[in-house]
Amino acid sequence: MSSIAISGTSLPRTGLNATPIPPLADSDRKPLMKKDVSADHPTWCPGCGDFSVLALYFKLIEKRRIWHEKIMTVAGIGCSSRFPYFVQGHGAHFIHGRALPFASGVSISRPDLHVFVFGGDGDAFSIGGNHFSHTARRNIKMTYVVMDNMVYGLTKKQTSPTSPIGFKSKTDVWGNFDRPINPMKQAISSGATFVARTTHTNPNHVLAMMEAAMDHNGFSFIECLSECVEFYEGAFDNSNPRKGGKFVEVPKEHDITDEYAAYRLADESAPGNFGIFYKVDRPTKNENETKVISDHRAKVGNLADWQILQKSFDRMK
Amino acid sequence: MSNAPVASTPPGDQQPKVSQVSEAVIRIAGNSQDGIQAIGGFLARLAGRSEQEVMTFMTIPSTISGGPSIFQVRIGSGEVLTAGDEADILLAFYQHSYESHLNSLKKGGIVLYDADHVKDFTPENETTYRHIGVNISSLTVEAIGGTGRDKGKNVFALGLIARMFDLNIQKLHRLLEERFGTKDPTVLQNAMNCFNAGYNYTLATAEELFRFTPGENKHGHQVVTSGNEALAYGLIAAGVRFGAGYPITPWSDIMELLRRELPKYGGSFIQCEDEIASISMAIGASYAGRVAVTGSSGPGISLKTEALGWASMAEVPLVIVDVQRGGPSTGMPTNIEQSDLNIACFGGHGDSPRVVLAPSSVEDCFYTAIEAVNIARKYSTPVIILTDQGIATRIEAFVEPNLQTLCQDISPDLSPIAEHKPYDLSAPDGITRHVAPGTRIGTGKYPVVTGLEHDEMGHPTGSPKLHVAMTAKRRNKLRKLAEELPVPKVFGSPEGQVLLVSWGSSQGPIQEAIKQARAAGEAYSGLHIKYLNPLPNGLENVFSGFRHIFVVELNDEGFYGYGQFAAILRARYCDPRIRGITKVDGLTWKVREILDAARAMTR
Repeated sequence: MSSIAISGTSLPRTGLNATPIPPLADSDRKPLMKKDVSADHPTWCPGCGDFSVLALYFKLIEKRRIWHEKIMTVAGIGCSSRFPYFVQGHGAHFIHGRALPFASGVSISRPDLHVFVFGGDGDAFSIGGNHFSHTARRNIKMTYVVMDNMVYGLTKKQTSPTSPIGFKSKTDVWGNFDRPINPMKQAISSGATFVARTTHTNPNHVLAMMEAAMDHNGFSFIECLSECVEFYEGAFDNSNPRKGGKFVEVPKEHDITDEYAAYRLADESAPGNFGIFYKVDRPTKNENETKVISDHRAKVGNLADWQILQKSFDRMK
Repeated sequence: MSNAPVASTPPGDQQPKVSQVSEAVIRIAGNSQDGIQAIGGFLARLAGRSEQEVMTFMTIPSTISGGPSIFQVRIGSGEVLTAGDEADILLAFYQHSYESHLNSLKKGGIVLYDADHVKDFTPENETTYRHIGVNISSLTVEAIGGTGRDKGKNVFALGLIARMFDLNIQKLHRLLEERFGTKDPTVLQNAMNCFNAGYNYTLATAEELFRFTPGENKHGHQVVTSGNEALAYGLIAAGVRFGAGYPITPWSDIMELLRRELPKYGGSFIQCEDEIASISMAIGASYAGRVAVTGSSGPGISLKTEALGWASMAEVPLVIVDVQRGGPSTGMPTNIEQSDLNIACFGGHGDSPRVVLAPSSVEDCFYTAIEAVNIARKYSTPVIILTDQGIATRIEAFVEPNLQTLCQDISPDLSPIAEHKPYDLSAPDGITRHVAPGTRIGTGKYPVVTGLEHDEMGHPTGSPKLHVAMTAKRRNKLRKLAEELPVPKVFGSPEGQVLLVSWGSSQGPIQEAIKQARAAGEAYSGLHIKYLNPLPNGLENVFSGFRHIFVVELNDEGFYGYGQFAAILRARYCDPRIRGITKVDGLTWKVREILDAARAMTR
């Protein structure tokens, strides 16, 4: 006969200094300011586009009055994936390419949190490419911001899956000849229900996209061009009016529920359009799973967990 | 069958004699689509309902349909520890089944064959074994009204066996009703017709019928199930409400069951795009407040090791089920092997301490699952359950657990706290504890969980001093666990010539080998170790009582002549008496194999 040597008795919750404190009514709470939500000083190079995204994330939290404990910031590996350390809030710095499945586990089991995932083009489209497609198709509720610099920065200038043809890197000294991934097309064809594009040089637009993404019920994806001043300087000048480029917004007449129109928009050559390309409503994975649970719970009625399990054991007799 | 002396029926003209038996090993051989497992399952359940001990063994081909398949069931009135080295009865559906499995039948054993398919016999075999031919296929077709299909011949064969062993026909009828009763009524009718046709078939050529000695009702209610099922239900009892996985044999049963069952308890199991996503999603859910499960077999475990290292580094609790199969690479998907011990204990880059437990029986799968969850929570660590293909698929009867006392609620506490430091180096018990996201922290200082080396708040550091301190923290908490683990008890005398050390599903055959050796006057004892990483303290005291210590395991002897566990024990105890007995034929241990090897090494 078997037994259990290590019991499941109740455990202390946290380390030493954790004493319970009373709950706080929403009306007694002050909105968070930048100083409340900023943590470590970013390790990014001066001039990096990612600073802009971080600052606008703070602004989003402030503007939308997200409560401190409900902020959930997740990232994988890369320059931009250092993000959670710079945010004062519950954060997870996971392994390379797998931030989305990690965040999916959080999102499905904890619908009360705002799950934001930040990462780069290598994390999203190369090592994590499979997860990008599948998280999109499952429509798991979260916001995913990819800071696309079209180069591997943390490892110092190798070709990335979004590097344009001809881009010279340490791994393609003669110029890249592999066709780059088009993140917009990839997101649309994978079944993402919110697909938008922005660039770090237009802060108001970044914030507007983040807000719309956060309000979307489902998997919301933003490609944010974010210049790597160290290894791909000037990559996005053509979309920056201060550098002589042109910031072209998605045309007013574009139908964001038209998948083919979105696809055509995504096909335009650099610098392309900025704004929401595609947005539709489709039941989220979270909702579908919740429905399955409530259907099953209705069937088992008021039975305690052990009584439900007892029924299964009765069938083994 | 161990004894056959009592003739309870007077010898008449055609009346075969009836012998009392205390146990029987029945091997059923056919093809995978013949429903062989179903007959085995009926017999196992019947034994469970009759207070008899039962253990089964099966092989299924990994091909979709077709291919040889066997199911062996051992039913006994005493303690049954293995599915049996040799069969007493072979039920062969085809010529190939007959030919491949005749050598698993003991001399003088009975071969019951389908005379429609088995036609070639050597005179030698006919004298060595007792042959009984029945036109199973054509009689089945006849029983269900001549549709030309022999689907149902398994149930016909069950009827034959029921007649041969004088099994409780009321209980079998009830089992058939439970199995087929929910479908279209003609399905149950056909099954009953097949069964009754088999049962009523006059075993004209049978010289002997059998009757089991009644089992003692020593335990109360028995349940009959497989290791995979017991493990999955154990996870539910432990309070697990989230899991993620990817299909792979033989792990898939567990994910299928959890997918189906968890919603009743308010939980979900997600089928992911790949193995890496599934462990990542489970870690995410664990981090979100409640220990989650992932699992796999063979190659899937290799794929999960990077994320496992993250859980070890970030100190996030997690349960990983590894249903071991033959490796490496794709290996032998439907065969047994215990060759994942090294990857379970050490797999991954860097020093990444984790806990490894191995259940020894179907019953133990249930309890081990609960214990794994408890350890994962208490020590904030990944815990690997090393089960295997043998234990996963075999069916055993065991005493019904007390679910009311065993079921646990492990939902997260999200109430606010004043201050929090997850990787607190001054914590008195030295153990990291996380708070789930959603918990408000009074200081406004929130932690990051991370795979980078970190300070006490989880922020990255390159400090050599902190890396030393944090590495020690991750290691020492599991040394603390080792202190808490019970020292396993010696099976048999605490002193003697040979100590057979086992882990995982080999416990049964090894204990039976020890019993046989002791019966033959040899001073054999056994030590079964469930906690493999870290090891419990105090094993050296057990070892000191023996001249030879043989670690019996299903993996390769490696370059230096020791199996994986033997190598770990040698490294731990620097004891040259520790040697290995290994094999990799993809089958469970036969008692004879263990004894032959041990005796050869002590000669």
